[in-house]
Amino acid sequence: MKAGENSRKLLALALIWAALLLAPYWMAPLGGYTALGTRVLVLALAAMSVNFLLGFTGVLSFGHAAYFGLGAYGAGFALKFLAPSTPLSLLCGTLLGGLAGALLGALIVRRRGVYFAMVTIAFGQVFYYIAFQWSSLTGGDDGLRGFSRQPLDFGLFSVDILSNTDAFYYFVLFCFAAAVAVMGLILRSPFGRSMIAIRENERRARFLGIPIERHIWIAFTLSCFFMGLAGALYALLNNFADPRGLHYSQSGDFVMMAVMGGMRNFWGPLLGAAVFVVLQDYLSSITVNWMSFVGMLFVAMVLFFPRGLLGVLARRSAA
Amino acid sequence: MNVLDVDNVSKRFGSLVAVGGVSLAVAKGELRAIIGPNGAGKTTFFNLISGFFPPSTGKIFFDGADVTLLPAHRRVELGMARTFQVTEIFPELSVFDNLRIATEAANGYRLRFWMNREQKLQIGHLVEETLELVGLRTKAYRLVGELSHGDQRAAEIAMALSLRPHLILLDEPTAGMGDQETYEVTKLIRRLHQSGNFTIVLIEHDMRVVFHLADKISVLDRGRLLAEGTPQSIAANDAVQEAYLGKAA
Ligand SMILES: Nc1ncnc2c1ncn2[C@@H]1O[C@H](COP(=O)(O)OP(=O)(O)OP(=O)(O)O)[C@@H](O)[C@H]1O
Ligand SMILES: [Mg+2]
Repeated sequence: MKAGENSRKLLALALIWAALLLAPYWMAPLGGYTALGTRVLVLALAAMSVNFLLGFTGVLSFGHAAYFGLGAYGAGFALKFLAPSTPLSLLCGTLLGGLAGALLGALIVRRRGVYFAMVTIAFGQVFYYIAFQWSSLTGGDDGLRGFSRQPLDFGLFSVDILSNTDAFYYFVLFCFAAAVAVMGLILRSPFGRSMIAIRENERRARFLGIPIERHIWIAFTLSCFFMGLAGALYALLNNFADPRGLHYSQSGDFVMMAVMGGMRNFWGPLLGAAVFVVLQDYLSSITVNWMSFVGMLFVAMVLFFPRGLLGVLARRSAA
Repeated sequence: MNVLDVDNVSKRFGSLVAVGGVSLAVAKGELRAIIGPNGAGKTTFFNLISGFFPPSTGKIFFDGADVTLLPAHRRVELGMARTFQVTEIFPELSVFDNLRIATEAANGYRLRFWMNREQKLQIGHLVEETLELVGLRTKAYRLVGELSHGDQRAAEIAMALSLRPHLILLDEPTAGMGDQETYEVTKLIRRLHQSGNFTIVLIEHDMRVVFHLADKISVLDRGRLLAEGTPQSIAANDAVQEAYLGKAA
């Protein structure tokens, strides 16, 4: 029984990576385009970072877009003011998101449940208004412009990721794979199991000697680093950073992707992000009210498939 | 030296005095039973000892050190483990994973992001040992939430044991069990006691279990310590008869 389960998991894993590696080849015939795939990867990384907390630690952070947005601004500032280097911009974005998360996380880990969720939203909105108001630095409502992703310089040769969308897709896929591998390793480590323990039964975890607040803080901080990286990639994707990337409605989108795809499943948010992005792309060309359709789909999903799309698929294949 | 020294602790919830000035000393290796009618404050007393919340007044010493204000997880590190009146486990994880989390936490791995093969094997070995001890080996890969009530209680005791404690607090370990399960758990507790490695404090309603296991009994009633002594002296105590045994029978 255990062996069958393992081989099924390996097969699913192989399928996921094959689909991602070959995306530029199968997307076009299906009416998609590579940049859409890149967008899915970036938003999936963000949704998986949210789910690192939501699905695996059981912590409701509803203001996580703050660290996504900070990652985007961090990358933008680095390209605009520091140096024309893509890796440096990713580093700056990741650090900005992660360090802000570490700082604010320390202030909020004592809150629980709804209170935790509210404080996370409040902090997120603070960043939104700062980005919105401080237009001399951030460009305000118009967003931060005037930077673009730079060729990857490998010494002997360099790769143009600005105009070559396939090259940029593979660059993002590489970053996605690295981040997701780290995430997966953490979840399989003793620390990861202590996160799951906190999700399953906080009281029991506490009386196993796990310092709950410290562990939630670490999980929160890690998740913000991943979020910062996703935000930085988003800025590179658009060559633009937008205050709306910090807004709580953006946080809501990430939670929606995680829930739609399946929170208890590591890969659920990837599927959720894919559905979300494709629907957005398709519906927004038909109606300006596309969001209400996505919202209705979300409500239907939660009502009829509370375990999310992947939860349903996993159950089907197990049966 | 006493493993546990409780000095005149009380706990108020608003105007309710759940525990009112109780003192208690438990010697190393002793098995102490705490009995008393419903609402006497027994569980609250456990919550104070284990650090679930701080006492309103009084002090608690563990191995001679003042732990009154120490958070629960620090007391676990010092070697104190507990079970709850209503089973607290990780129902959606396997028995093995429940014990693995406890074992890793107790062996200094809870903050590790990486384990080598040898360390994994070592933890797995410790888990197997504990499974064997409580008789759950054949159910290691079942979800705890799917086990019978008795097995879930046994799994919770196993988690407490995984922490390598020297003081174990058991809150009504046989609650809701049939005769056979009660017998098994009693046998397990007796074995732990006789191994000489543990000091055990046990809250229990089943008098057969109490008189079978306890070295000494403390009787709580309405938040106060009503009597304390050997099983024989408690059985003969008129006040206890009136307050507790009479009513509970
Ligand atoms: N967290 C709490 N907040 C408010 N009141 C509480 C709390 N915990 C316990 N109490 C009250 O304190 C009193 C003692 O409760 P406790 O659970 O300690 O009794 P007990 O002796 O364990 O009873 P039982 O045999 O039913 O388990 C009860 O009146 C209970 O309602
Ligand atoms: Mg009780």
